[in-house]
Amino acid sequence: MFHIYCPHCCEYREEEEFHASGQAHISRPLDPDACTDKEWGEFMYFRANPRGIHHELWVHGAGCRKYFNITRHTQTYEILEVYKVGEKPSIVANEAK
Amino acid sequence: MTQDLSKQSNRLQDGGRIDRSKPLTFTYNGKQYKGFEGDTLASALLANGVDIVGRSFKYSRPRGIVAAGAEEPNAIMQVGSTEATQIPNVRATQQSLYNGLVASTTNGWPNVDTDLMSWVGKVGGKMMPPGFYYKTFMYPKSMWETYESYIRKAAGLGRAPKESDPDIYDKMNQHCDVMIVGAGPAGLMAGLTAARAGARVIIADEQNEFGGSLLSSTETLNSKPAAEWIAEVVEELSGFDDVLMLPNSQVNGYHDHNFLTIQQHCTDQFADRAPNGQIAQRLHRVRAKWVILATGAHERPLVYGNNDLPGCMVANAVSTYLNRYGVAPGKDLVLMTSNDNAYRTALDWHDAGRNVVAIVDSRKNPQGTFVEAARERGISILVGSGVIEAHGSKRVSSVSIAPLNETGDVIVGSVVKMAADTLATSGGWSPVIHLSCHTGARPVWNDDILGFTPGATAQKQLTAGAINGTFSTVQVLEEGLSAACDALAHLGLDKPDAALPEADDIEEGKAMALFHIPHTKPTSKAPKQFVDYQNDVTAAGIELACREGFESIEHVKRYTAMGFGTDQGKLGNINGMAIAAKMLKQTIPETGTTIFRPNYTPVTFGAIAGRDCGELFDPKRYTAMHAWHVEHGAKFEDVGQWKRAWYYPQSNESMQDALNRECLATRESVGILDASTLGKIDIQGKDAREFLGRVYSNAWAKLPVGKCRYGLMCGEDGMVFDDGVTSCLAENHFLMTTTTGGAAHVLSWLEIYHQTEWPELEVYFTSVTDHWSTMTISGPNSRKLLEKLTDYDVSKESMAFMDWKPMTVAGVPARVFRISFTGELSFEINVQANYGLHVWKELFEKGAEFNLTPYGTETMHILRAEKGFIIAGQDTDGSVHPFDLGMSWAVAMKKPFSFIGKRGMQREDCVRADRKQLVGLKTIDPNVVLPEGAQGVLDPKAPIPVPMVGHVTSSYWSANLKRSVAMGFVKGGLDKMGEKIFYPLADGRVIEAEICSAVFLDPKGERQNV
Repeated sequence: MFHIYCPHCCEYREEEEFHASGQAHISRPLDPDACTDKEWGEFMYFRANPRGIHHELWVHGAGCRKYFNITRHTQTYEILEVYKVGEKPSIVANEAK
Repeated sequence: MTQDLSKQSNRLQDGGRIDRSKPLTFTYNGKQYKGFEGDTLASALLANGVDIVGRSFKYSRPRGIVAAGAEEPNAIMQVGSTEATQIPNVRATQQSLYNGLVASTTNGWPNVDTDLMSWVGKVGGKMMPPGFYYKTFMYPKSMWETYESYIRKAAGLGRAPKESDPDIYDKMNQHCDVMIVGAGPAGLMAGLTAARAGARVIIADEQNEFGGSLLSSTETLNSKPAAEWIAEVVEELSGFDDVLMLPNSQVNGYHDHNFLTIQQHCTDQFADRAPNGQIAQRLHRVRAKWVILATGAHERPLVYGNNDLPGCMVANAVSTYLNRYGVAPGKDLVLMTSNDNAYRTALDWHDAGRNVVAIVDSRKNPQGTFVEAARERGISILVGSGVIEAHGSKRVSSVSIAPLNETGDVIVGSVVKMAADTLATSGGWSPVIHLSCHTGARPVWNDDILGFTPGATAQKQLTAGAINGTFSTVQVLEEGLSAACDALAHLGLDKPDAALPEADDIEEGKAMALFHIPHTKPTSKAPKQFVDYQNDVTAAGIELACREGFESIEHVKRYTAMGFGTDQGKLGNINGMAIAAKMLKQTIPETGTTIFRPNYTPVTFGAIAGRDCGELFDPKRYTAMHAWHVEHGAKFEDVGQWKRAWYYPQSNESMQDALNRECLATRESVGILDASTLGKIDIQGKDAREFLGRVYSNAWAKLPVGKCRYGLMCGEDGMVFDDGVTSCLAENHFLMTTTTGGAAHVLSWLEIYHQTEWPELEVYFTSVTDHWSTMTISGPNSRKLLEKLTDYDVSKESMAFMDWKPMTVAGVPARVFRISFTGELSFEINVQANYGLHVWKELFEKGAEFNLTPYGTETMHILRAEKGFIIAGQDTDGSVHPFDLGMSWAVAMKKPFSFIGKRGMQREDCVRADRKQLVGLKTIDPNVVLPEGAQGVLDPKAPIPVPMVGHVTSSYWSANLKRSVAMGFVKGGLDKMGEKIFYPLADGRVIEAEICSAVFLDPKGERQNV
């Protein structure tokens, strides 16, 4: 069970208070109507499944109800950093595009 | 007392950590025995000369106690004196003895001493070779249930109690600076050091007292018996406020981010049932800043012919029974060893006044402190030899010894037979790396100690003592100290003064790598040489698996079941890997590593459930009017956690009778529904209106204050997932309603879009579901009824359809919404929840003259189906968009912002002509009600597979229309009005229906516009 630091509450809390909401930094296209079906499909359905460093969106559902991002190692389950929505991660995978 | 002792034929006259002044009586397989306080069930059984404690899983061979701790594979007991207090899977070696304990063997049918099943072992044997499950139980599939019950009966899995457990179990969350697993010399030294530095420490040990290996050793510390040092440390530790000492506590799992689970036996170690409502077991959930694993090591037995005969034991277990429990589990001992360490067992046996027949050492030239001590005592040592086979039927009676070559794999001389009733063996020690493996660390092979040690981990974890392959007490204590100092440095705490106790100076010679003793016959023909006792895996079986092409140790394990079950390969895994490695002509590390998974030992369901059972399993949500519903005989249905009134049967009414009455009363006069469970979200902020326009498919820009509007909510794929009415309370203030089950999801849906996509919008969401009691009065007389409770003008002119108004109802401030889910004139009265029951009762008081009839969710479903109104989640399944539902009127494609779902519902697949569309279905026979879920076909005579065109989503008997009504999906259904469709059912019937509009009643909506 993870021990997660909520960047809004500024405290470590147990995973039971949180909920994972998928890959982080998937932003909704600004002009959806201009997207092709393929582009829209990729926005909706295609997600990375890396071995190693991964950025995830989590919500402190049983706490402040705020969303935030976690950089997590998918093999060791280490949480390398947490940062607020709108911020950029400081730790990224080497092969990151 | 002498009388008690005389019954315990194997009990020594003195010694051990048992209290001879406290005799205990216990029952084993229906027979009474005596033991002493301080005994385990295993030591008491051995004291009483009980040899057989089970029958083996496949071959039904008699089995005895092999070990003295968690690694015991055979003595798995069913414990409990009543049906309700049954606990399966208890290791006799870990169960403290208490007065009145009732235990029985879990395998062996009908009993362990004469076992019907043993013919399988004697006659067949080959009946269950490795891979037996895969080869045999696959075919025929229909026989699996027969096989399974036979196997379960034969296998010693124990059984769950048939009555509910009367005991209380508990969970506790703990936090600490340093969690120390194991209170042997390393753990105690680490604990003492950390405690003295002021750290918050938890130290847990599976045994009933702290001390670990020192409890069964004859070593001295500071020139005094080790037990005295233990007592001093325990006393000092108990003086610290910040130290939690947990004996009888098994650390069973080591999870992510230094989270550990500990199963503490609070009373079940001492009583069948917890006295005076005490807690039986407690699960500690520990979050530790640093963890020190001081879990020690398990001694490995050697593998030889008939090594499962009762009387064959692990060397150190024999010492433990002698020194700690005052029990000599036999008379004449042969010790086989590949190392010096095990010589202690022969010394202990000799010093207890029993006969050591011989020490059989596989090495040519053993030298060291213990070897010299054995020679001084005149014990016969056979060097360069091994025991190739044990003989006996229900217990060892003699052993065959043969000289071995340098590497121990070839017999190089003639076999001699010696009489003995006990054969202790040692192939060295396997560090207990289980918890380390739980963290994902891959174990590392260490050639010096011939075992796996913990691998690198991402956890904040340190290790000390035998888990590292460090076995001498001096070094173990040093490691305990230094691990604690490392943890303290990480925590920023100063090192305390800590002096190591002085330990005995012991020299040990080099151990030999020995796992499997050769026999004069090839392994496949030799008497069975067991590797994994619990799963009946033999050396021959592993060799067979390798010959059959299983080269990865993971595959060998799955094929043979080695290391499976509750045992998790504690004794056998390394031996099995060594045999596979030899077969595959590679080294052990090349063969692979061995991974252990949680839990370390079986955990009771009680400890896992804790208090989260019965009434406390899941919260229940009740509306403010619940008591009234109960009083009026309502049947309830669960909607999420809510208890909703389903229908209100009167006297002997059937469900259908009740529904008919409720439906007719509502449409003829007035009915009332408790709608408090509908999700309600209060939305405020200057951009609230803009936000609504983005999340709903229809337009919100022009909704004036005082008006309500129905909206559909779609995902980005364009598919409907919720619906509801949202009302404009003030220019920047809205009240959104959601389905009962969808409330939580809708709130997080709004939040995620606001927080991650459109943070620039100023809007706030608050769940107010529980703040309001909601009652819907519906029917032609609903206005007359409302007028009796309010002075406000609720006429058609003053309050039109889809208006809402604040007013006073029954003397209580209320919001009244003129919205309708039945198609009738309806008013939804919302009052502060605490007034709910009052207003509800007032409505009934005034409603008597109108025959005000309460109705539940089922009548609500029927009434809305008569009108063709959908229920999100029943008539939608995540694959239908508003156009599929025929609800294009609820989509505003021209809104400036591309609302959620707009792009999705325009994808190529979403605009196909033959999409499944929601339509009404009229059965040709009006008395037949279509089953929900039935699949429609256009041509019932078409060859199989008949193309299916859609299923029935809602179907009811309509008392108002005196016929059945249904809705369902049909491919291209909106263009098939008037056409026939057929529903072939599993019972052979085919129901014929006509595709029609889903609005069965009042298509012009005249009933609600009055």
